[in-house]
Amino acid sequence: MQKIYSETSHQECVNEKLAPKEETIKFLLDYSKALSVIDYNKLKFEALLN
Amino acid sequence: MKKITNTDAVLVSAYIEGDESALSDLVTRHKQRIFSFIYSKVFDRDVTEDIFQDTFIKVIRTLKRGAYNEEGKFLPWVMRIAHNLVIDHFRKNNRMPKFENSGDFNIFSVLSDSSLNAEKSMIKGQVENDVRRLIEELPEDQKTVLMMRIYRDMSFKEISEQTGVSINTALGRMRYALINLRKVIDKHNIILTN
Repeated sequence: MQKIYSETSHQECVNEKLAPKEETIKFLLDYSKALSVIDYNKLKFEALLN
Repeated sequence: MKKITNTDAVLVSAYIEGDESALSDLVTRHKQRIFSFIYSKVFDRDVTEDIFQDTFIKVIRTLKRGAYNEEGKFLPWVMRIAHNLVIDHFRKNNRMPKFENSGDFNIFSVLSDSSLNAEKSMIKGQVENDVRRLIEELPEDQKTVLMMRIYRDMSFKEISEQTGVSINTALGRMRYALINLRKVIDKHNIILTN
């Protein structure tokens, strides 16, 4: 049988409903809750509080 | 009852004020669009997931630091961050190219063991013997030049000095030697390949 060298179109994959995993969303929301920015004499410090 | 939907600007300022649920709303609202945008550039789910995460980490840090300038363009701003991270990703990959073994493609079809196996080395030996036998059939003057050039790796200048003929004669003999070898190979359908 002849080989088919054409690439499968990526377009179909893009058209389907794409969304990030639940874990990714949860990580981001948790990161946001944990992150606090402390202002000190015009300086900003980031602190991750778990 | 009609559900009240807040604009991005309202949600952003609520988040800056400390309302964490506002971020959840923003992410839920735009996640699909941003994710699809990244995927349309990189075509890899895992990489898309990483870039999506990095995008929002940047968004969160910028908002929390109060460095975001609200101009009613939240989504274009996030898209720009995602776009820049996609570019970073490709830059990094250009510096360090990698082969991905996905789908039908198998890396071992490209990489092969260059050393000869037992069968190949036997065939190579036989081919070399056949060539030697063919050379033996050549006229003496052509055979001498060909042996000196191919097996002893001598230059045509050295060959002409050793055989006492001009360089042009040596070149001519080499040419006829090769022509005659090809003729014999074609005539007898000899296969001299691995």
